[in-house]
Amino acid sequence: MGELSRLAVLGAGHVGPVIARLAVRAGYPVAIATSGDPEDIALITELVVPGARPRWAADAVTDAGIVVLAIPLHRFLDLDPGLLNGKIVVDAMNYWPASDGVLKPFTGGTSSEIVARRLAGSSVVKALNHIGYHELEDRAQPAGAPDRRATGVAGDDPAAVATIAGLVDRVGYDPVRLANLRAGRVLQPGGPVFGTVLTLPDFERAVRQDARSLT
Amino acid sequence: MTYTFGLDTFGDRNAGADGRPLSHAQTIRNVVEEGVFAEQAGVDFFGIGEHHTDYFPMPAGDVALAAIAARTERIRLGSAVTVLSSDDPVRVFQRYSTLNAVSGGRAEVILGRGSSIESFPLFGYDLADYEELFEEKAALFAELLKGGPVTWDGKTRASLLNQDVVPHTESGPFPAWIGVGGSPQSVVRAARLGFSLMLAIIGGPPARFAAYSELFQRALEKFGRPPLPVGVHSPGHVAATDEQARAEFWPRWRDIIALVADERGFAIPTEESLDRETGPHGALYVGSPETVAQKIATSLRTLGATRFDLKYGMPGLTHEQLLTNIELYGHQVIPRVRELLS
Repeated sequence: MGELSRLAVLGAGHVGPVIARLAVRAGYPVAIATSGDPEDIALITELVVPGARPRWAADAVTDAGIVVLAIPLHRFLDLDPGLLNGKIVVDAMNYWPASDGVLKPFTGGTSSEIVARRLAGSSVVKALNHIGYHELEDRAQPAGAPDRRATGVAGDDPAAVATIAGLVDRVGYDPVRLANLRAGRVLQPGGPVFGTVLTLPDFERAVRQDARSLT
Repeated sequence: MTYTFGLDTFGDRNAGADGRPLSHAQTIRNVVEEGVFAEQAGVDFFGIGEHHTDYFPMPAGDVALAAIAARTERIRLGSAVTVLSSDDPVRVFQRYSTLNAVSGGRAEVILGRGSSIESFPLFGYDLADYEELFEEKAALFAELLKGGPVTWDGKTRASLLNQDVVPHTESGPFPAWIGVGGSPQSVVRAARLGFSLMLAIIGGPPARFAAYSELFQRALEKFGRPPLPVGVHSPGHVAATDEQARAEFWPRWRDIIALVADERGFAIPTEESLDRETGPHGALYVGSPETVAQKIATSLRTLGATRFDLKYGMPGLTHEQLLTNIELYGHQVIPRVRELLS
Protein backbone atom coordinates (compact mmCIF):
# COMPACT_ATOMS: atom_id res chain seq x y z
CA MET A 1 0.00 0.00 0.00
CA GLY A 2 1.02 3.61 -0.56
CA GLU A 3 2.13 6.29 1.84
CA LEU A 4 -0.13 7.24 4.68
CA SER A 5 -2.15 10.46 4.29
CA ARG A 6 -0.87 13.62 5.88
CA LEU A 7 -2.81 14.49 8.99
CA ALA A 8 -3.70 17.97 10.22
CA VAL A 9 -4.85 17.96 13.84
CA LEU A 10 -6.71 21.15 14.71
CA GLY A 11 -6.66 21.74 18.45
CA ALA A 12 -3.92 21.61 21.09
CA GLY A 13 -6.14 21.18 24.16
CA HIS A 14 -7.00 17.95 25.93
CA VAL A 15 -7.77 15.82 22.88
CA GLY A 16 -5.73 17.09 19.92
CA PRO A 17 -2.26 16.26 21.28
CA VAL A 18 -3.37 12.74 22.26
CA ILE A 19 -4.68 11.96 18.76
CA ALA A 20 -1.62 13.58 17.21
CA ARG A 21 0.70 11.48 19.36
CA LEU A 22 -1.10 8.26 18.45
CA ALA A 23 -0.95 9.17 14.75
CA VAL A 24 2.77 10.01 14.87
CA ARG A 25 3.40 6.67 16.53
CA ALA A 26 1.38 4.92 13.79
CA GLY A 27 3.64 6.49 11.16
CA TYR A 28 1.46 9.31 9.84
CA PRO A 29 3.05 12.65 8.97
CA VAL A 30 1.28 14.95 11.44
CA ALA A 31 0.87 18.71 11.67
CA ILE A 32 -0.84 20.34 14.64
CA ALA A 33 -2.47 23.74 14.59
CA THR A 34 -4.64 26.09 16.62
CA SER A 35 -6.41 29.26 15.61
CA GLY A 36 -3.21 31.18 16.35
CA ASP A 37 0.52 31.38 15.63
CA PRO A 38 2.33 28.00 15.49
CA GLU A 39 5.08 29.61 17.58
CA ASP A 40 2.61 29.57 20.50
CA ILE A 41 2.44 25.77 20.42
CA ALA A 42 6.05 25.07 19.42
CA LEU A 43 7.05 24.08 22.95
CA ILE A 44 3.90 22.01 23.45
CA THR A 45 4.56 20.18 20.20
CA GLU A 46 8.21 19.55 20.98
CA LEU A 47 7.54 18.10 24.43
CA VAL A 48 4.03 16.66 24.24
CA VAL A 49 3.74 15.63 20.57
CA PRO A 50 7.32 14.96 19.50
CA GLY A 51 7.49 14.17 15.81
CA ALA A 52 4.59 16.42 14.85
CA ARG A 53 5.02 19.84 13.28
CA PRO A 54 3.32 23.00 14.53
CA ARG A 55 1.87 24.97 11.63
CA TRP A 56 -0.64 27.64 10.76
CA ALA A 57 -4.05 25.96 10.42
CA ALA A 58 -4.48 26.95 6.77
CA ASP A 59 -1.06 25.50 5.81
CA ALA A 60 -1.58 22.31 7.80
CA VAL A 61 -5.00 21.74 6.23
CA THR A 62 -3.90 22.53 2.67
CA ASP A 63 -1.22 19.85 2.75
CA ALA A 64 -3.34 17.25 4.58
CA GLY A 65 -5.52 14.45 3.30
CA ILE A 66 -7.16 13.98 6.69
CA VAL A 67 -8.13 16.80 9.03
CA VAL A 68 -8.94 15.97 12.65
CA LEU A 69 -11.21 18.46 14.42
CA ALA A 70 -10.29 18.40 18.12
CA ILE A 71 -11.51 21.86 19.09
CA PRO A 72 -14.39 22.89 21.34
CA LEU A 73 -17.59 22.73 19.34
CA HIS A 74 -18.34 26.43 19.83
CA ARG A 75 -15.00 27.25 18.23
CA PHE A 76 -15.93 25.08 15.25
CA LEU A 77 -18.57 27.67 14.42
CA ASP A 78 -15.73 30.18 13.81
CA LEU A 79 -13.93 27.87 11.39
CA ASP A 80 -14.07 28.72 7.67
CA PRO A 81 -15.78 25.71 6.00
CA GLY A 82 -14.10 26.52 2.67
CA LEU A 83 -10.73 25.72 4.23
CA LEU A 84 -11.75 22.08 4.55
CA ASN A 85 -13.14 21.55 1.05
CA GLY A 86 -12.18 18.23 -0.47
CA LYS A 87 -10.76 16.88 2.79
CA ILE A 88 -11.69 13.89 4.85
CA VAL A 89 -12.63 15.47 8.17
CA VAL A 90 -12.61 13.46 11.39
CA ASP A 91 -15.12 14.94 13.80
CA ALA A 92 -13.69 14.12 17.22
CA MET A 93 -15.81 16.83 18.86
CA ASN A 94 -18.82 16.36 21.07
CA TYR A 95 -21.96 18.30 21.80
CA TRP A 96 -22.09 17.83 25.50
CA PRO A 97 -24.37 20.41 27.13
CA ALA A 98 -23.97 19.03 30.65
CA SER A 99 -20.24 19.58 30.46
CA ASP A 100 -19.80 22.50 28.06
CA GLY A 101 -23.10 24.35 28.06
CA VAL A 102 -25.92 24.64 25.53
CA LEU A 103 -25.08 25.62 21.93
CA LYS A 104 -28.21 26.55 20.01
CA PRO A 105 -26.97 25.47 16.53
CA PHE A 106 -26.48 21.96 17.88
CA THR A 107 -29.74 21.47 19.75
CA GLY A 108 -31.47 19.42 17.00
CA GLY A 109 -30.09 16.25 15.36
CA THR A 110 -26.73 14.60 15.82
CA SER A 111 -23.80 16.97 16.21
CA SER A 112 -21.82 15.33 13.40
CA GLU A 113 -24.67 15.76 10.92
CA ILE A 114 -24.76 19.44 11.80
CA VAL A 115 -20.98 19.61 11.38
CA ALA A 116 -21.33 17.84 8.01
CA ARG A 117 -23.99 20.29 6.82
CA ARG A 118 -21.62 23.18 7.51
CA LEU A 119 -18.76 21.32 5.79
CA ALA A 120 -20.67 20.48 2.62
CA GLY A 121 -17.47 20.24 0.57
CA SER A 122 -15.82 17.72 2.92
CA SER A 123 -16.36 14.06 3.79
CA VAL A 124 -17.14 14.07 7.50
CA VAL A 125 -16.48 10.96 9.58
CA LYS A 126 -17.30 10.80 13.27
CA ALA A 127 -14.52 8.97 15.12
CA LEU A 128 -12.20 9.14 18.13
CA ASN A 129 -14.77 11.17 20.07
CA HIS A 130 -16.15 8.67 22.55
CA ILE A 131 -13.10 7.40 24.46
CA GLY A 132 -11.89 9.83 27.12
CA TYR A 133 -8.68 11.68 26.23
CA HIS A 134 -7.08 10.36 29.40
CA GLU A 135 -7.67 6.78 28.25
CA LEU A 136 -7.32 7.00 24.49
CA GLU A 137 -3.57 6.50 24.49
CA ASP A 138 -3.34 4.12 27.41
CA ARG A 139 -5.84 1.68 25.94
CA ALA A 140 -4.46 1.57 22.39
CA GLN A 141 -3.09 -1.82 21.43
CA PRO A 142 -1.70 -3.41 18.27
CA ALA A 143 -3.98 -5.42 15.98
CA GLY A 144 -4.50 -8.94 17.23
CA ALA A 145 -4.00 -8.15 20.94
CA PRO A 146 -6.39 -10.46 22.81
CA ASP A 147 -8.33 -7.75 24.65
CA ARG A 148 -7.95 -4.99 22.10
CA ARG A 149 -10.62 -2.30 22.42
CA ALA A 150 -13.00 -1.08 19.74
CA THR A 151 -14.04 2.35 18.59
CA GLY A 152 -16.81 3.51 16.29
CA VAL A 153 -16.44 5.08 12.84
CA ALA A 154 -19.51 6.69 11.27
CA GLY A 155 -19.87 8.49 7.95
CA ASP A 156 -21.86 8.73 4.74
CA ASP A 157 -18.91 8.41 2.32
CA PRO A 158 -17.76 4.76 2.27
CA ALA A 159 -14.28 5.59 0.96
CA ALA A 160 -13.72 8.15 3.71
CA VAL A 161 -15.04 5.74 6.31
CA ALA A 162 -12.61 3.08 5.05
CA THR A 163 -9.70 5.53 5.30
CA ILE A 164 -10.60 6.47 8.87
CA ALA A 165 -11.24 2.85 9.84
CA GLY A 166 -7.66 2.25 8.67
CA LEU A 167 -6.42 5.17 10.79
CA VAL A 168 -8.25 3.90 13.86
CA ASP A 169 -6.85 0.41 13.32
CA ARG A 170 -3.29 1.71 12.95
CA VAL A 171 -3.45 3.85 16.07
CA GLY A 172 -4.62 0.92 18.15
CA TYR A 173 -8.32 0.13 18.04
CA ASP A 174 -10.65 -2.29 16.29
CA PRO A 175 -12.78 -0.07 14.06
CA VAL A 176 -16.56 -0.61 14.14
CA ARG A 177 -18.18 0.87 11.02
CA LEU A 178 -21.63 2.20 11.70
CA ALA A 179 -24.30 2.42 8.99
CA ASN A 180 -23.97 6.15 8.32
CA LEU A 181 -23.24 9.48 9.97
CA ARG A 182 -26.64 9.52 11.67
CA ALA A 183 -25.97 6.12 13.23
CA GLY A 184 -22.96 7.78 14.85
CA ARG A 185 -25.38 9.09 17.47
CA VAL A 186 -24.51 5.99 19.53
CA LEU A 187 -21.04 7.51 19.92
CA GLN A 188 -22.35 10.81 21.30
CA PRO A 189 -22.71 11.87 24.93
CA GLY A 190 -25.69 9.96 26.31
CA GLY A 191 -25.16 7.16 23.77
CA PRO A 192 -24.39 3.59 24.87
CA VAL A 193 -20.64 3.65 24.20
CA PHE A 194 -19.76 7.25 25.10
CA GLY A 195 -17.09 7.27 27.80
CA THR A 196 -16.57 3.51 27.59
CA VAL A 197 -13.59 1.52 26.34
CA LEU A 198 -15.06 -1.83 25.23
CA THR A 199 -13.80 -4.88 23.39
CA LEU A 200 -15.30 -5.53 19.97
CA PRO A 201 -17.95 -8.04 21.14
CA ASP A 202 -18.98 -5.81 24.06
CA PHE A 203 -19.05 -2.74 21.81
CA GLU A 204 -21.28 -4.49 19.26
CA ARG A 205 -23.56 -5.78 21.99
CA ALA A 206 -23.91 -2.31 23.55
CA VAL A 207 -24.70 -0.74 20.19
CA ARG A 208 -27.17 -3.48 19.25
CA GLN A 209 -29.01 -3.10 22.51
CA ASP A 210 -29.45 0.57 21.85
CA ALA A 211 -32.53 0.92 19.65
CA ARG A 212 -31.34 4.28 18.35
CA SER A 213 -28.58 2.67 16.33
CA LEU A 214 -31.17 0.83 14.22
CA THR A 215 -32.84 3.91 12.81
CA MET B 1 14.36 18.58 48.03
CA THR B 2 11.51 19.77 50.23
CA TYR B 3 8.29 17.86 49.84
CA THR B 4 4.87 19.00 50.99
CA PHE B 5 1.92 16.74 51.68
CA GLY B 6 -1.67 17.83 51.82
CA LEU B 7 -5.22 16.61 52.13
CA ASP B 8 -8.10 17.92 50.02
CA THR B 9 -11.83 17.56 50.57
CA PHE B 10 -14.88 18.64 48.59
CA GLY B 11 -17.01 18.50 51.74
CA ASP B 12 -18.08 15.01 50.68
CA ARG B 13 -21.32 14.46 52.55
CA ASN B 14 -20.70 12.08 55.44
CA ALA B 15 -22.83 9.10 56.37
CA GLY B 16 -23.78 8.46 59.98
CA ALA B 17 -23.21 5.16 61.79
CA ASP B 18 -26.54 3.94 60.39
CA GLY B 19 -25.37 4.60 56.82
CA ARG B 20 -27.78 7.50 56.27
CA PRO B 21 -26.44 10.86 55.08
CA LEU B 22 -25.64 13.44 57.74
CA SER B 23 -26.90 16.99 57.27
CA HIS B 24 -24.93 19.50 55.23
CA ALA B 25 -24.27 21.46 58.43
CA GLN B 26 -22.91 18.44 60.32
CA THR B 27 -20.72 17.51 57.33
CA ILE B 28 -19.23 21.02 57.34
CA ARG B 29 -18.59 20.88 61.10
CA ASN B 30 -16.90 17.52 60.54
CA VAL B 31 -14.68 19.04 57.83
CA VAL B 32 -13.53 21.64 60.37
CA GLU B 33 -12.70 18.85 62.85
CA GLU B 34 -10.85 16.96 60.11
CA GLY B 35 -8.78 20.03 59.26
CA VAL B 36 -7.80 20.53 62.90
CA PHE B 37 -7.03 16.82 63.21
CA ALA B 38 -4.91 16.94 60.02
CA GLU B 39 -2.56 19.40 61.72
CA GLN B 40 -2.30 17.13 64.77
CA ALA B 41 -1.49 14.21 62.45
CA GLY B 42 1.38 16.14 60.86
CA VAL B 43 -0.18 17.01 57.50
CA ASP B 44 1.29 20.14 55.82
CA PHE B 45 -1.74 21.47 53.92
CA PHE B 46 -5.52 21.21 54.11
CA GLY B 47 -7.53 22.20 51.05
CA ILE B 48 -11.24 22.58 50.42
CA GLY B 49 -12.64 22.36 46.89
CA GLU B 50 -15.59 24.50 45.84
CA HIS B 51 -18.74 22.55 44.99
CA HIS B 52 -22.43 23.37 44.99
CA THR B 53 -24.22 20.02 45.21
CA ASP B 54 -26.16 17.94 47.70
CA TYR B 55 -23.32 15.39 47.84
CA PHE B 56 -20.54 18.05 48.01
CA PRO B 57 -22.29 20.86 49.98
CA MET B 58 -19.20 23.10 50.11
CA PRO B 59 -19.64 26.35 48.18
CA ALA B 60 -17.87 28.61 50.71
CA GLY B 61 -14.90 26.58 51.83
CA ASP B 62 -12.95 29.68 52.83
CA VAL B 63 -15.36 30.17 55.76
CA ALA B 64 -14.62 26.64 56.98
CA LEU B 65 -10.89 27.27 56.44
CA ALA B 66 -11.11 30.34 58.68
CA ALA B 67 -12.63 28.20 61.43
CA ILE B 68 -9.76 25.72 61.04
CA ALA B 69 -7.26 28.59 61.06
CA ALA B 70 -8.57 29.77 64.43
CA ARG B 71 -7.84 26.37 65.97
CA THR B 72 -4.50 25.57 64.35
CA GLU B 73 -1.02 27.06 64.22
CA ARG B 74 1.04 25.40 61.54
CA ILE B 75 -1.00 23.73 58.81
CA ARG B 76 -1.34 25.63 55.53
CA LEU B 77 -4.91 26.23 54.36
CA GLY B 78 -6.29 26.77 50.90
CA SER B 79 -8.79 26.12 48.17
CA ALA B 80 -8.66 22.98 46.04
CA VAL B 81 -9.96 24.43 43.77
CA THR B 82 -11.59 27.84 43.58
CA VAL B 83 -13.76 27.96 40.44
CA LEU B 84 -12.32 31.30 39.39
CA SER B 85 -14.25 31.59 36.11
CA SER B 86 -17.58 31.95 37.88
CA ASP B 87 -16.22 34.10 40.70
CA ASP B 88 -14.83 37.62 40.95
CA PRO B 89 -11.02 37.61 41.16
CA VAL B 90 -11.08 40.68 43.40
CA ARG B 91 -13.44 38.92 45.82
CA VAL B 92 -11.40 35.70 45.74
CA PHE B 93 -8.25 37.68 46.48
CA GLN B 94 -10.00 39.49 49.36
CA ARG B 95 -11.32 36.27 50.89
CA TYR B 96 -7.97 34.49 50.75
CA SER B 97 -5.93 37.48 51.85
CA THR B 98 -8.36 37.71 54.78
CA LEU B 99 -7.74 34.00 55.46
CA ASN B 100 -4.03 34.78 55.18
CA ALA B 101 -4.46 37.45 57.86
CA VAL B 102 -6.56 35.25 60.16
CA SER B 103 -4.12 32.34 59.85
CA GLY B 104 -0.94 34.36 60.21
CA GLY B 105 0.22 33.83 56.62
CA ARG B 106 -0.89 30.26 55.99
CA ALA B 107 -3.27 30.80 53.03
CA GLU B 108 -2.91 29.35 49.55
CA VAL B 109 -5.21 29.23 46.59
CA ILE B 110 -5.59 26.75 43.74
CA LEU B 111 -7.49 28.21 40.81
CA GLY B 112 -9.20 26.11 38.19
CA ARG B 113 -12.37 24.62 36.96
CA GLY B 114 -12.04 21.50 39.04
CA SER B 115 -14.55 19.23 37.47
CA SER B 116 -17.25 21.44 38.75
CA ILE B 117 -19.67 23.04 36.33
CA GLU B 118 -22.66 23.69 38.55
CA SER B 119 -21.41 27.15 39.54
CA PHE B 120 -21.84 28.45 35.97
CA PRO B 121 -25.64 28.35 35.73
CA LEU B 122 -25.88 29.17 39.45
CA PHE B 123 -24.07 32.47 39.02
CA GLY B 124 -25.31 33.22 35.51
CA TYR B 125 -22.24 32.33 33.45
CA ASP B 126 -22.22 30.50 30.13
CA LEU B 127 -19.96 27.45 30.03
CA ALA B 128 -19.14 28.26 26.41
CA ASP B 129 -17.31 31.35 27.73
CA TYR B 130 -15.17 29.26 30.06
CA GLU B 131 -11.84 29.86 28.35
CA GLU B 132 -12.18 33.62 28.06
CA LEU B 133 -13.43 33.91 31.63
CA PHE B 134 -10.56 31.90 33.03
CA GLU B 135 -7.87 33.57 30.95
CA GLU B 136 -8.94 37.09 31.91
CA LYS B 137 -9.64 36.37 35.54
CA ALA B 138 -6.43 34.41 36.10
CA ALA B 139 -4.44 37.28 34.59
CA LEU B 140 -6.20 39.74 36.91
CA PHE B 141 -5.62 37.47 39.89
CA ALA B 142 -1.90 37.40 39.09
CA GLU B 143 -1.92 41.22 39.16
CA LEU B 144 -3.80 41.32 42.48
CA LEU B 145 -1.31 38.92 44.05
CA LYS B 146 1.57 41.30 43.42
CA GLY B 147 0.05 43.79 45.86
CA GLY B 148 -0.13 47.51 45.23
CA PRO B 149 -2.64 49.44 43.16
CA VAL B 150 -4.12 47.54 40.21
CA THR B 151 -5.10 48.92 36.84
CA TRP B 152 -6.99 46.43 34.71
CA ASP B 153 -9.41 46.42 31.83
CA GLY B 154 -11.30 43.47 30.37
CA LYS B 155 -14.66 42.07 29.35
CA THR B 156 -15.49 39.89 32.31
CA ARG B 157 -15.72 42.38 35.19
CA ALA B 158 -15.63 46.09 35.88
CA SER B 159 -12.38 47.88 35.06
CA LEU B 160 -9.96 48.86 37.82
CA LEU B 161 -8.04 52.12 37.77
CA ASN B 162 -5.17 52.40 40.19
CA GLN B 163 -7.33 50.47 42.65
CA ASP B 164 -6.00 49.64 46.10
CA VAL B 165 -7.43 46.20 46.94
CA VAL B 166 -7.43 45.32 50.64
CA PRO B 167 -6.49 43.64 52.87
CA HIS B 168 -2.82 43.91 51.96
CA THR B 169 -0.73 40.84 52.70
CA GLU B 170 2.04 41.22 55.26
CA SER B 171 4.82 39.43 53.43
CA GLY B 172 4.22 39.35 49.71
CA PRO B 173 1.99 37.12 47.64
CA PHE B 174 0.59 33.92 49.15
CA PRO B 175 1.19 30.71 47.16
CA ALA B 176 -1.10 30.42 44.16
CA TRP B 177 -1.50 27.47 41.82
CA ILE B 178 -3.46 26.68 38.71
CA GLY B 179 -5.06 23.24 38.66
CA VAL B 180 -4.70 21.54 35.28
CA GLY B 181 -6.54 18.42 34.17
CA GLY B 182 -4.78 17.56 30.93
CA SER B 183 -4.61 20.46 28.51
CA PRO B 184 -1.03 21.43 27.64
CA GLN B 185 -2.26 24.92 26.79
CA SER B 186 -3.39 25.30 30.41
CA VAL B 187 0.10 24.25 31.54
CA VAL B 188 1.66 26.96 29.39
CA ARG B 189 -0.84 29.52 30.68
CA ALA B 190 0.10 28.74 34.30
CA ALA B 191 3.75 29.34 33.42
CA ARG B 192 3.00 32.51 31.47
CA LEU B 193 1.06 34.03 34.39
CA GLY B 194 3.56 32.83 37.01
CA PHE B 195 1.36 30.36 38.92
CA SER B 196 2.61 27.07 40.30
CA LEU B 197 1.22 23.97 38.58
CA MET B 198 -1.15 21.53 40.29
CA LEU B 199 -1.75 18.45 38.14
CA ALA B 200 -5.21 17.06 38.85
CA ILE B 201 -4.86 13.38 38.00
CA ILE B 202 -8.13 11.60 38.59
CA GLY B 203 -8.04 8.84 35.98
CA GLY B 204 -5.51 6.94 33.88
CA PRO B 205 -1.78 6.53 34.37
CA PRO B 206 -0.05 9.41 36.23
CA ALA B 207 3.09 8.93 34.11
CA ARG B 208 1.34 10.47 31.10
CA PHE B 209 1.67 13.83 32.91
CA ALA B 210 5.47 13.69 33.01
CA ALA B 211 5.73 15.61 29.75
CA TYR B 212 3.50 18.33 31.27
CA SER B 213 5.85 18.81 34.17
CA GLU B 214 8.76 19.29 31.77
CA LEU B 215 6.61 21.52 29.56
CA PHE B 216 5.87 23.70 32.60
CA GLN B 217 9.51 24.18 33.54
CA ARG B 218 10.54 24.84 29.94
CA ALA B 219 7.69 27.32 29.52
CA LEU B 220 8.76 29.13 32.71
CA GLU B 221 12.25 29.47 31.21
CA LYS B 222 10.80 30.75 27.97
CA PHE B 223 8.81 33.42 29.83
CA GLY B 224 11.88 34.36 31.86
CA ARG B 225 10.45 33.17 35.16
CA PRO B 226 12.23 31.28 37.94
CA PRO B 227 11.37 27.59 38.49
CA LEU B 228 8.07 26.98 40.34
CA PRO B 229 6.81 23.85 42.06
CA VAL B 230 4.66 21.15 40.48
CA GLY B 231 2.08 19.36 42.63
CA VAL B 232 -0.22 16.38 42.17
CA HIS B 233 -3.82 16.15 43.35
CA SER B 234 -5.40 12.68 43.22
CA PRO B 235 -8.22 10.86 45.01
CA GLY B 236 -7.70 8.01 47.44
CA HIS B 237 -8.48 6.36 50.73
CA VAL B 238 -6.16 4.93 53.36
CA ALA B 239 -7.19 2.24 55.85
CA ALA B 240 -5.35 -0.34 57.93
CA THR B 241 -5.19 -2.89 55.11
CA ASP B 242 -5.54 -2.87 51.33
CA GLU B 243 -8.69 -4.98 51.63
CA GLN B 244 -10.34 -2.66 54.12
CA ALA B 245 -9.48 0.49 52.17
CA ARG B 246 -10.86 -1.03 49.00
CA ALA B 247 -14.04 -2.30 50.69
CA GLU B 248 -14.75 1.14 52.16
CA PHE B 249 -13.86 3.10 49.03
CA TRP B 250 -15.35 1.01 46.23
CA PRO B 251 -19.13 1.35 46.75
CA ARG B 252 -18.84 5.10 47.42
CA TRP B 253 -16.62 5.72 44.41
CA ARG B 254 -18.91 3.61 42.20
CA ASP B 255 -21.98 5.51 43.39
CA ILE B 256 -20.56 9.01 43.01
CA ILE B 257 -19.05 8.34 39.58
CA ALA B 258 -22.33 6.78 38.44
CA LEU B 259 -24.14 9.90 39.67
CA VAL B 260 -21.90 12.33 37.75
CA ALA B 261 -21.23 10.00 34.78
CA ASP B 262 -23.59 11.85 32.46
CA GLU B 263 -22.17 15.30 32.93
CA ARG B 264 -18.58 14.16 33.10
CA GLY B 265 -18.66 11.50 30.37
CA PHE B 266 -17.42 8.81 32.73
CA ALA B 267 -18.24 5.17 32.25
CA ILE B 268 -19.94 3.52 35.22
CA PRO B 269 -17.09 2.04 37.26
CA THR B 270 -16.62 -1.71 37.34
CA GLU B 271 -14.43 -3.82 39.61
CA GLU B 272 -12.08 -4.05 36.61
CA SER B 273 -11.78 -0.26 36.34
CA LEU B 274 -11.24 -0.08 40.10
CA ASP B 275 -8.40 -2.59 39.75
CA ARG B 276 -6.83 -0.51 36.98
CA GLU B 277 -7.10 2.77 38.84
CA THR B 278 -5.92 1.43 42.21
CA GLY B 279 -3.10 -0.57 40.62
CA PRO B 280 0.43 0.74 40.06
CA HIS B 281 -0.54 2.54 36.82
CA GLY B 282 -3.81 4.07 37.95
CA ALA B 283 -4.79 7.42 39.43
CA LEU B 284 -6.36 6.26 42.73
CA TYR B 285 -4.36 5.96 45.96
CA VAL B 286 -6.41 3.34 47.80
CA GLY B 287 -4.89 0.91 50.25
CA SER B 288 -2.77 0.39 53.33
CA PRO B 289 -0.28 3.10 54.33
CA GLU B 290 2.56 1.18 52.68
CA THR B 291 0.69 0.68 49.39
CA VAL B 292 -0.31 4.34 49.20
CA ALA B 293 3.14 5.59 50.24
CA GLN B 294 4.89 3.54 47.54
CA LYS B 295 2.53 4.85 44.90
CA ILE B 296 2.86 8.49 45.98
CA ALA B 297 6.66 8.23 45.99
CA THR B 298 6.64 6.75 42.48
CA SER B 299 4.32 9.45 41.16
CA LEU B 300 6.32 12.32 42.65
CA ARG B 301 9.53 10.90 41.21
CA THR B 302 8.02 10.24 37.79
CA LEU B 303 6.44 13.68 37.56
CA GLY B 304 9.23 15.76 39.07
CA ALA B 305 6.69 17.00 41.63
CA THR B 306 7.35 18.19 45.18
CA ARG B 307 3.80 18.42 46.46
CA PHE B 308 1.14 15.72 46.83
CA ASP B 309 -2.44 16.41 47.87
CA LEU B 310 -4.60 13.38 48.56
CA LYS B 311 -8.25 14.08 47.92
CA TYR B 312 -9.64 12.04 50.80
CA GLY B 313 -13.22 11.03 51.49
CA MET B 314 -16.16 10.14 49.30
CA PRO B 315 -19.82 10.84 49.92
CA GLY B 316 -21.12 8.06 52.17
CA LEU B 317 -17.96 7.44 54.19
CA THR B 318 -18.26 8.19 57.90
CA HIS B 319 -16.45 10.93 59.79
CA GLU B 320 -14.69 8.20 61.80
CA GLN B 321 -13.42 6.49 58.63
CA LEU B 322 -12.10 9.84 57.43
CA LEU B 323 -10.33 10.50 60.73
CA THR B 324 -8.65 7.09 60.46
CA ASN B 325 -7.62 7.96 56.90
CA ILE B 326 -6.14 11.27 58.10
CA GLU B 327 -4.35 9.65 61.02
CA LEU B 328 -2.76 6.96 58.82
CA TYR B 329 -1.84 9.49 56.12
CA GLY B 330 -0.21 11.86 58.59
CA HIS B 331 1.50 9.38 60.90
CA GLN B 332 2.47 6.64 58.45
CA VAL B 333 2.11 7.55 54.77
CA ILE B 334 3.86 10.94 54.84
CA PRO B 335 6.92 9.81 56.85
CA ARG B 336 7.22 6.72 54.67
CA VAL B 337 7.09 8.74 51.43
CA ARG B 338 9.74 11.10 52.80
CA GLU B 339 11.89 8.07 53.62
CA LEU B 340 11.37 6.57 50.14
CA LEU B 341 12.31 9.84 48.47
CA SER B 342 15.35 10.61 50.61
